[in-house]
Amino acid sequence: MTAVARRARGATSGAGRLAAALLSPTFVVLGLVVGYPLVAALRESVFREGTDLDESGFVVEGSQFVGIDNYASIFAGEAASRFWNAFGNTTVFTVITVTLEVLIGVGMALVMHHAIRWRGVVRASILVPWAVPTAVSALLWRWIFQADGVANSIIGQQILWTTEGWHAKLAVILADVWKTAPFVGLLVLAGLQIIPTDVYEAARVDGASPWKQFWRITLPLVKPALLVAVLFRVLDALRMFDLPFVLIGNRKESVETLSMVAFDEASSLRFGPAAAYATVLFVYVVVVAFVFVRLLGADVIGEARERSRK
Amino acid sequence: MRGALRFAGLGLILVYCLAPFYWMAVSAFRRPSDQFAVTPLPSPFSLDNLTAVFAPEVGFGRSLLNSLVVAGVTTVLTLIIGVSAAYALARLNFRFKNAVAALIIATSMFPGISLLVPLLALFTDIGWINTYQSMIVPSLSFALPLAVWNLTAFFRQMPAELEQAAMVDGCTRGQAFRKVILPLAAPGVFTTAIITFIAAWNEFIIALSMVNDSKMQTATVAISRFTGAYGFDQPFGTQMAAGVIVTVPLVILVLVFQRRIIAGLTAGGVK
Repeated sequence: MTAVARRARGATSGAGRLAAALLSPTFVVLGLVVGYPLVAALRESVFREGTDLDESGFVVEGSQFVGIDNYASIFAGEAASRFWNAFGNTTVFTVITVTLEVLIGVGMALVMHHAIRWRGVVRASILVPWAVPTAVSALLWRWIFQADGVANSIIGQQILWTTEGWHAKLAVILADVWKTAPFVGLLVLAGLQIIPTDVYEAARVDGASPWKQFWRITLPLVKPALLVAVLFRVLDALRMFDLPFVLIGNRKESVETLSMVAFDEASSLRFGPAAAYATVLFVYVVVVAFVFVRLLGADVIGEARERSRK
Repeated sequence: MRGALRFAGLGLILVYCLAPFYWMAVSAFRRPSDQFAVTPLPSPFSLDNLTAVFAPEVGFGRSLLNSLVVAGVTTVLTLIIGVSAAYALARLNFRFKNAVAALIIATSMFPGISLLVPLLALFTDIGWINTYQSMIVPSLSFALPLAVWNLTAFFRQMPAELEQAAMVDGCTRGQAFRKVILPLAAPGVFTTAIITFIAAWNEFIIALSMVNDSKMQTATVAISRFTGAYGFDQPFGTQMAAGVIVTVPLVILVLVFQRRIIAGLTAGGVK
């Protein structure tokens, strides 16, 4: 080992110790508020609280080990239809809202990217939906979607938006898209701004139409930014809670999401089933994130990797 | 023609983003008796809804204070804990750096309810229900990764020569960080504080689960629970007025610091 290599080695291990010291507070806190609950949720999901009868007919109190019973009763039995309904709602909301948000967000980003005047004003206004608390935006849309509210008076219909049915789903989707499409627009705009302009000049010289430029240059080059934005949005949509809860209400079949079922069980102090629902949602989120990162190549920590390669 | 089209596009974005918010403000300033009017301006203009929000029996002032305490303490704790982690991620080369970065960002994506159910059981056992700490501690789960991520991006933008020069001049790495990097990164730290504060201020499910005493509830929960004088009708006017009160400070923050906030928000998602 040469002296230089040894010194470099020494510097790295010194940096390693320093890094460990600097990172440990964050990891201790995350271990307590994220790591512990995840493990505890798994543990809790195999117990059942409360008074029960054992096989020989004796009354037993406290939590008892029930194995996979909590999960079994989610996937089959009386609670199964509630679970599958919530699973379906969560998935449908995620797919539809994220699709619309991407379409609208990309449109907004393109408009802002080409704007010269007014850009500052528009960029500021685009932050407004993001800054409105979701619970407040849910109330705002509940007000807009009242039977004699402004939505009905604009479209000239008498739809009872906030009652059970397809219109409740539509109301949730519209409200969610309103709040988050501008955010997607911001992320995409940041991706657009790092595309060098000479690429477009070259394409124009070669006679590429604006349409072709969009599909062949803009979209491929903005794809990394877009993919990360979509991943964040998907994971956020999968845990949707505030919006359907406040806009439509608790225990409403047409908009109940997995988070809402878990919350409802937990607030009736049925922690075992609640933990089982929450764990299923967690696994769902992990699988989706895995698909995005491994199969679609969403580069979430791109910058960190680039840096350490140097 | 092209210019007109662009202008129309910008106009459309403005209307899209601001119209619902505008409607909230207009509805807040109507008289309760013409709450369901659909005129674009409140006529006559009235502060009745606004005063109803602050009626003593509603206790909304206390809810605002609770929100301020929870979001404020969460922000301060997050910055104190996160700043060193962000520095390590931005400036040091060590093994497992990618794994560490991935782990921190991954924790922010976990569904809140998966963390809440066990914490709710735990806090019930140790008597933390209806306390500030029962809302602050779980809030760290999303605020800390968010802050670390933002701060890392800001530290990375600063030239490494700065602290190298300081270290050549005899500073230790710690001194270089405290005396050179941190003061220069102050705008980034400040931006991160705003973003974290807004995220914590807007939090709903934790505050809803951990508190059942109306004195301890945060503003977002309080608004969603407003009940009308007659019990049955939802008091939309009061709710819109409260919504304006909760949102306007954020909107002002956002408008004043829009450039920085956008830089912070996009630093997380885009390189």
